[in-house]
Amino acid sequence: MRNQTATQLLFQMSSPGRGTIVFPPSDVPAVSGVPELPAQCLGSAQLPLPEIAEPDVVRHFVNLSTLNMSVDSHFYPLGSCTMKYNPKRHERLARLPQAATSHPYQPESQLQGLLSVLYEMQHMLAEISGLPGVSLHPAAGAQGEFTALLTAAAYFRDRGENRTRVLFPASAHGTNPASAALAGFECVQLSGGKNGFVDLDELKAQLDDRTAVFMVTNPNTLGLFERDIAKVAQLLHDVGGLVYIDGANMNAILGKTRPGDFGGDMMHYNVHKTFTGPHGAGGPGAGPIAVRDFLAPFLPAPIVTYDAAKNWYSLSKPAKSIGQVRTFFGNVGILLRGYFYIRTLGGKGLREASELAVLNANYLLSQVKDFLEVPHGDRCMHEFVASGRKLKEETGVTTMDVAKRLLDYGFHAPTVYFPLVVEEALMMEPTETESQQTLDAFAATLRTICSEPAELVKGAPHSTAVCRPDEVNAARKPILCWSAPNC
Amino acid sequence: MAYLFDTPEQRRRMLEAIGISSIDELFTQIPAELQLKRELHLPEPVSELALEQDMTRRLGQGGTSAGICFLGGGVYDHFIPAVVDEITSRGEFYTAYTPYQAEASQGTLQAFYEYQTLISQLTGMDVSNASLYEGGTAVSEAVFMAMRVNGRHNKVVFAGTLHPEYRQVLETYFSRLGTTLVEIPHENGVITAEACRAAVDDQTCAVVMQQPNFFGCIEDITTLTEIAHAAGALAILAFDAVSPGLLKRPGEYGVDIAVAEGQPLGTPLQFGGPLLGIFTCRNEYVRKMPGRLIGKTTDRKGKECFVLNLQAREQHIRRDKATSNICTNQGLLALRTTVFLATVGPNGMRQMATLSHQKARYAASVLTKIPGVSLKFQQPFFREFVLQTSKPAEAVLSALTAKGINVGPHLSRFDLHNVSGMENCFLVALTEKRTREEIDGLAEALKAVLS
Repeated sequence: MRNQTATQLLFQMSSPGRGTIVFPPSDVPAVSGVPELPAQCLGSAQLPLPEIAEPDVVRHFVNLSTLNMSVDSHFYPLGSCTMKYNPKRHERLARLPQAATSHPYQPESQLQGLLSVLYEMQHMLAEISGLPGVSLHPAAGAQGEFTALLTAAAYFRDRGENRTRVLFPASAHGTNPASAALAGFECVQLSGGKNGFVDLDELKAQLDDRTAVFMVTNPNTLGLFERDIAKVAQLLHDVGGLVYIDGANMNAILGKTRPGDFGGDMMHYNVHKTFTGPHGAGGPGAGPIAVRDFLAPFLPAPIVTYDAAKNWYSLSKPAKSIGQVRTFFGNVGILLRGYFYIRTLGGKGLREASELAVLNANYLLSQVKDFLEVPHGDRCMHEFVASGRKLKEETGVTTMDVAKRLLDYGFHAPTVYFPLVVEEALMMEPTETESQQTLDAFAATLRTICSEPAELVKGAPHSTAVCRPDEVNAARKPILCWSAPNC
Repeated sequence: MAYLFDTPEQRRRMLEAIGISSIDELFTQIPAELQLKRELHLPEPVSELALEQDMTRRLGQGGTSAGICFLGGGVYDHFIPAVVDEITSRGEFYTAYTPYQAEASQGTLQAFYEYQTLISQLTGMDVSNASLYEGGTAVSEAVFMAMRVNGRHNKVVFAGTLHPEYRQVLETYFSRLGTTLVEIPHENGVITAEACRAAVDDQTCAVVMQQPNFFGCIEDITTLTEIAHAAGALAILAFDAVSPGLLKRPGEYGVDIAVAEGQPLGTPLQFGGPLLGIFTCRNEYVRKMPGRLIGKTTDRKGKECFVLNLQAREQHIRRDKATSNICTNQGLLALRTTVFLATVGPNGMRQMATLSHQKARYAASVLTKIPGVSLKFQQPFFREFVLQTSKPAEAVLSALTAKGINVGPHLSRFDLHNVSGMENCFLVALTEKRTREEIDGLAEALKAVLS
């Protein structure tokens, strides 16, 4: 069934003159009296782009798409990524004219509907986090981290404090240290205690008047709620530091507990995960941040404000704003989808979504723990981390082999080899939108794979278009661009 | 409840398998005193129909259809062929994620490899990454990369004709890093060689330029690049993504890093996000690049295929030593641009750029015939220019809006240094979508507003 002609590279499909006509001829006369483009700034020749007829373009991409797994087509338990169903109703709404085609420099008078929605979204995210100051500006979770750290730095500078260190546990997402370094902080990694929890003594030993922020994911990357989070926050606050909650795992706690209530001073949301943006094969995201009231004056600009007397929404800059971290307002297209999701579920529905996400994860855990080690206990929040350590010892089959074999059975693999604190890690996050039948089928498949002949599993995947690309050689001699033969 | 489908019976069976009797027991992991004892104060849940009715009421009108759009300043009202929406809304692309499992993501990986190649072809640069957030952050990431290349951290020089929001992002990104950002003042809307030479020295990490610049004017990038290189600095160019259809490609100027806002190539305006950060550089710097890179390789059977490449630069491996904190690319927008470029091809790019330019020339010609209206800068331009009128720009633009025409932005909106009389100045941008009738209508309306 595969159409390999159509999945050649675009460049191999090109024939001179076989392009598609999209634009009309010019309807304006040539004019004089306006400065002419100088010859030296003009391009010399036709751009070397391929020339392909529209039907061939369509067939090419449609066939390419069939080489992907996706949430629409497959169970996708990629831990830490919250691959829940992307509601189709959001797509049509996101194409409404004011949402899709507003220019960022358009007058506010033409944007009142959109601004009213974004204003509401700010309030919703404040309520869900228990942190009153919200900026919708950051483009993604990682930029949210960076932005919040700059916000904290501006707050400390305003108080005349010179705090230079950002702390995080070893189980932290890689973006945490990367964002801290980018924001000009010294990074201090804690090794952590049992079950990946923060070791209070270890933390205490590192805290002093140089401490700016402790970054922690809660529930943590092992899918466990930091029981001592309030004590952690107290320790930080005692030395004048702040607690940053990486909101990657918010899908576990919506309406159950709030970062602002357990001691967090700032956090980011991953709207595309928790509130269903299209993951789009790797973005776009949206990474709004929520902060305590005393940090709000430092938030990036712009934010939406409302003048009740005039019934008027406008964009404004907080008093001591750190400025912009990107052009324009934010990733509105994704923020809107998050808004549609929150409106659809309401407070009760969000809580129920988290309850079911946690139920599904615990159910899946209960179905795999007798044949796959789960080193951090029988209970988890929205995800858990199994280990293929024993399987590897006994049969030589690695976690990567298991992941690849799952593809043969029509399941996307869990996140593998993360967090680093678990050997041969398989991080599974089923989300609330999967049925018991799907989870049963997945668990049964995992069980089957664990008892299949090692050779069969190590040779997987057998059914996909390609098998085990050579990444080492790819990195040694990078080929990042097609080039014409003999050229 | 929408999207939550398990029946009570299924839930009961799952709880039984776990060995508990209620979902609440699962949440005992959260200390009782930290649990929220009330429901979140959010609007009541709504049905699909009710939500659509409410959103249609609030968002159903407006956007660029609220007025004929002559707005510019980094993103533009360009035409998007239907094939772009049709292809990119396929669930297999739309709801996939980062291609960690190469065998389950060859569609995405090949499309991004094609994206990288198309962008190299468009720019004349050796290598493109698989995209960054948007144009402004791409500029800042380019400066970080330049620091990794030449090890100069103290001083970065940027053109006073750089988009003020790009400059603002640079200032925020470098606010805590002790780097001095030096602005080259412009003269009549462009950067002169003398002004550039005066700003650049042997401490300078990079010179950041824009072509056409924020005012729409054409800069002498070749000369400015030579000045940067003579001082051992890197040349970073932010270019208009449509301009290579008519103007020289960034690679032909000899710049080291070229970045752009990719929105004009197939992405709707969406009030300025999500957008597409195009990021390209010379081959020798590839290991210093930020962001995702897709590479071609072979599989076990020797079959050609594609993978995430050079991941050792990235945050999930290198953590605080990573080349950037960026975690994803703008996958969906990169795919849109891939389909867009594949569809319009070289002729479409030339037409798009040429039409935009011709219409801009025509507009400048008819608008400057109005008494009291002139070009602020007597410089060649591509598709956008600064108009100066006899009245304050903000009031002029409001009056035009009232007549159903959106023009701008006005320059007093920005914190621009070294521009005098900017309160009467605004940008006018043209795309292939604007018709002669609309341009003549703008001229008529502006004449009426000013008289």
